[in-house]
Amino acid sequence: MNSSIGKAYVSTASSSAGWKAGDAAAAADQFPAGLRVLVVDDDPTCLMILEKMLRTCLYDVTKCNRAETALLMLRENKNGFDIVISDVHMPDMDGFKLLEHIGLEMDLPVIMMSADDGKHVVMKGVTHGACDYLIKPVRIEALKNIWQHVVRKRKNEWKDFEQSGSVEEGDRQLKQSDDADYSSSANEGSWKSSKRRKDDGDETDERDDTSTLKKPRVVWSVELHQQFVAAVNQLGIDNAVPKKILELMNVPGLTRENVASHLQKYRLYLRRLSGVSQHQSNLNNSLMSPQGATFGPLSSLNGLDLQTLAATGQLPAQSLATLQAVGLGRPTGKSGIPMPLVDQRNIFSFENPKLRIGEGQQQHVNNNKQMNLLQGIPTTMEPKQLAGLHHTMQSMGNMNMQVASHGSQNSQNNPLLMQIVQPQARGQMINDSSLSHAPRLLSPMGQPILANGIAANVSTKNGIQENIRAPSYNPVLQTSSMSNFPMNHTSELPGNSFPLGSTSGISSLTPKVAFQEDVNSDIKGSMGFMPGYDIFNDLNQHKPQNWELQNIGMTFDVSQHSNILQGNHNDSQSVLVQQGFSSSQVNGQNRSASVISKAMFSVGDGTGHVNAQNGNQHLNTLLVDGTVRVKSETVADATPTNLYPGDDLMSALLKQQDVIAPAEHEFHFDGYSLHNIPE
Amino acid sequence: MERNPMRRQLQTMRKSLFDQGHLDEQFVQLEELQDDANPNFVEEVVTLYYRDSARIILNIEQALERKPFDFNKLDAYMHQFKGSSSSIGAKKVKAESTVFREYCRSRNGEGCMRSFQQLKKEYATLRRKLEAYFQVARQAGPMETACRPK
Repeated sequence: MNSSIGKAYVSTASSSAGWKAGDAAAAADQFPAGLRVLVVDDDPTCLMILEKMLRTCLYDVTKCNRAETALLMLRENKNGFDIVISDVHMPDMDGFKLLEHIGLEMDLPVIMMSADDGKHVVMKGVTHGACDYLIKPVRIEALKNIWQHVVRKRKNEWKDFEQSGSVEEGDRQLKQSDDADYSSSANEGSWKSSKRRKDDGDETDERDDTSTLKKPRVVWSVELHQQFVAAVNQLGIDNAVPKKILELMNVPGLTRENVASHLQKYRLYLRRLSGVSQHQSNLNNSLMSPQGATFGPLSSLNGLDLQTLAATGQLPAQSLATLQAVGLGRPTGKSGIPMPLVDQRNIFSFENPKLRIGEGQQQHVNNNKQMNLLQGIPTTMEPKQLAGLHHTMQSMGNMNMQVASHGSQNSQNNPLLMQIVQPQARGQMINDSSLSHAPRLLSPMGQPILANGIAANVSTKNGIQENIRAPSYNPVLQTSSMSNFPMNHTSELPGNSFPLGSTSGISSLTPKVAFQEDVNSDIKGSMGFMPGYDIFNDLNQHKPQNWELQNIGMTFDVSQHSNILQGNHNDSQSVLVQQGFSSSQVNGQNRSASVISKAMFSVGDGTGHVNAQNGNQHLNTLLVDGTVRVKSETVADATPTNLYPGDDLMSALLKQQDVIAPAEHEFHFDGYSLHNIPE
Repeated sequence: MERNPMRRQLQTMRKSLFDQGHLDEQFVQLEELQDDANPNFVEEVVTLYYRDSARIILNIEQALERKPFDFNKLDAYMHQFKGSSSSIGAKKVKAESTVFREYCRSRNGEGCMRSFQQLKKEYATLRRKLEAYFQVARQAGPMETACRPK
């Protein structure tokens, strides 16, 4: 019984197979009994108690005391579990990292637990995409209703499918039963009830927004493309069929046809990436974007296949032309945004060689998407911007494509650019307001990227190959002007819900940072759109302390708070940084720089005890929280310089980037960096 | 019928544990999980707790022997310990853990050491009392439904 129920739910979610009315009814009757729960906690006492509690709730429990083992189990049996409950502080892997992995790879609901009830830790859970956060000691009442998260998720997935034109009847029926369940799952009297209500409310809002959306022509924004690329990577280029990509992307309103045509273009692009290995195997010749006409002149541009990029990324003809102009040294009529985006792609390419790590980190990047994006950037920044950024970043990140981003990610980022307003499935970005601005957002981001990209072209030619995959979305940029973005630190911090939403925005940033770190030598100042996560992480790992210090210092510099932290203890600094970021998260991206620095200051004053959490772990926590921060640090570290000497345009762009960088840094955070937190 | 006196004794012991603040509501949660399939569940959990937490206590002790104190590490250990202790409802132990962590945060080495001594005392006292309690429990046979202490 249990297994079938779980299977039914799982398969529905994952395969978009038609949901039969009969199945739905049967499953609904028995549900939630048999819910397959994976509980991860390094504390054996807690684990034993949780297991017993869950069994008492009639769930099908699997316990695990190590995060790595849990991930293995999940990977081996992707459809083997319905929900995961994980502790935050674990010795082998940070709980938030695990959370991200799961969200990206398996897209399962994850509940975080901790004895920590500190606001910022709980916030971290939220920003990383946890569907709930339990404070230890956990009571059985808290566990009785965890099934709602499973249902909710499935519901959203069905809705997506529905919008994409898949079978609807079964979905509707199931939804109805779900609704009944929802209403009956009245919050228990525990403190969590209010939280759950909020979750429900958020979910409802999302659903409403989504359902009222039309399905206009799909615009492949940077974000969306990043999601697409991540999905493709995850599936493997050989296995990347539109249907599966669509499922992985989990973007409401996106149809298989949209994905199919985009895939065609993408394959062509890959192939053109100078014979890059892995992904290019499937390149078709059929790709051709509307901008096909523009490709001709581009061919010689910087050795990068801007054309390809344009083609695959649906780069507007204008952008392409602009790029060409830039690349060829011609005066460019348009202002840059489109270009920047394209450049971004290029950048990624270059960065690839350096970023090798980045690739690996893509995963992180992707994972971080959620957190990175929003962490620093409370959506105020106009989710669009974030989306744009994110998108860009994503693309960068995707370069490595290793990790394929995942459904969850996708939902986050994307939609801003899409004309369909899709509140991110996970509620990550606050979309509503952002949509309109999205293009704007992109552009600002685009610019810096562009600069880098171009510059990068020069240097990277070779490297491009692997990384190129991702980039390219620029198409979205179509409109805006660079100025919108980051420069406006103070501007909008809309009260969007950033935390969740941040993901998209931040992620974009993060990648950048990562790259920078990695390429350090070369790309110093570059925007770091690249999938910074990976690099970031690596860097962190190697020299966490120093790195942080550097970063912190840099960050401050960037934010014009020079060296505030430099004298402090590393931990403190990191803490500070994190703190700063945390608050910045709330404040919105733009302000992050100043906010962060302020936060840092205040924290710093506290003698470095800022770290409220556990001593050792705080670093982890901080880092996690600060994923955003960390990144920024990294980025900050990379002094904005003209990485591409000899390219005036690039210099100019880079400068701009520099300015932007801090902001970006702030937002994205590579949560994974803290691997080596002292025990 | 001979179980009655033992049960009464058991109830008295139990009540005293709660009244004196050694145990809190979480312990009742454990008791409620105990059923025919797991008749000694509470004792098993507590045994597991003492075994696992002994390791953390040792780590803290060793850390307190190294000067200067690594407060972050100490705090991290104590966080772990606190989580475990709270999950079995060890109220006083948990409270002392919080005190210790505060000292860690304020980088007060002396305070940490003092607090740790107190914590070890509470920890040992609770263990003694629970061991006695479980001994009677085994003899008394299945208990009635747990009733929440007032």
